Amino acid sequence: MSQILTVGATAPEFVLRVTPDQNLSLSELKGRPVVLAFYPADWSPVCGDQLALYNEVLPEFRRHGAEMLGISVDGVWCHEAYAEARRLRFPLLADFHPKGAVARSYGAYREGEGVCDRALFVVDGSGVIVWSYLSPIAVNPGADGILEALENISNKEGSHVSAQSAGHAA
Amino acid sequence: MSVLKAPVTPRDHILGPANAPVTIVEYGDYECPHCGAAHPIVKLVLEQFGKNIRFIFRHFPLSQVHPSAQAAAESAEFAGGRGRFWDMHDGIYENQDRLGLPLLFALASALELSEARLREALVNGEYAEKVRSDFLGGVRSGVNGTPSFFINGRRHDGSYAFGDLAGAVEANLRLKVSI
Repeated sequence: MSQILTVGATAPEFVLRVTPDQNLSLSELKGRPVVLAFYPADWSPVCGDQLALYNEVLPEFRRHGAEMLGISVDGVWCHEAYAEARRLRFPLLADFHPKGAVARSYGAYREGEGVCDRALFVVDGSGVIVWSYLSPIAVNPGADGILEALENISNKEGSHVSAQSAGHAA
Repeated sequence: MSVLKAPVTPRDHILGPANAPVTIVEYGDYECPHCGAAHPIVKLVLEQFGKNIRFIFRHFPLSQVHPSAQAAAESAEFAGGRGRFWDMHDGIYENQDRLGLPLLFALASALELSEARLREALVNGEYAEKVRSDFLGGVRSGVNGTPSFFINGRRHDGSYAFGDLAGAVEANLRLKVSI
């Protein structure tokens, strides 16, 4: 099993394809929490359940101002077909070329199989990892750990965040 | 091991005596084929343990992959508001192969519930909050798919085959007796 990055580490910057003609970088999302879900492959049954679950819990993640990103070594066209078939409402990033480079920088790459590990990271608005979890490859890790980490961020930044959202509302 | 974070309350749909030594909470989705397959097995387990078991069903619809799951859950709640939760629950699972709005309305009629009122309740999402609250309680308890069972508050990580479920109940019964 991999040694994934742990709490306190700065989340490595990345720029990955998110659609056939668009990139997304981690730094673009600075200022709000980001959930990174590395997973082995589109279409495989456990991943499907895992991403389907995040799809349903998404409004709760968003309530904390968080962005959810799925990352695997599948290419953009594969991601596009998969996201459409499963009606996923969050972006899937293609860690496709050079293959698995981003997963490797998070310690979440399985050299033997050439796929991402099933690893979760919650990154706070300043780009620091505040929670990470490596799940056994065949086990869907659920969403309780992610929610708890996001709640902790919200509680810590409590007054600040509510002041900000009040500003947005106005 | 995952622990049930949402305690059993009067808002729940409960079968069996309050003082039963074993409580099973199931998180299920009416359109999930595995939940459909587990349904008759759960009934057998309840039959087998009689007064020693209390059963609670909570909603965990994955509505983006199962487009009828949410309406089915809300329909069961609608029936529940009229004292017919378990009849609707059984009806949905027993006819799961033709789940959809026509089935839900037909079941309501068969239970002598107003089809028009059900339609209105679905359009207005009258029971959406209850279903979402079940779902979120499940998420917090580490439910990662359906069906998920908690036996006396601990997640059952075995399968829903009769032997596995009954064995887990049996183990909890012995635990209780030996204390």
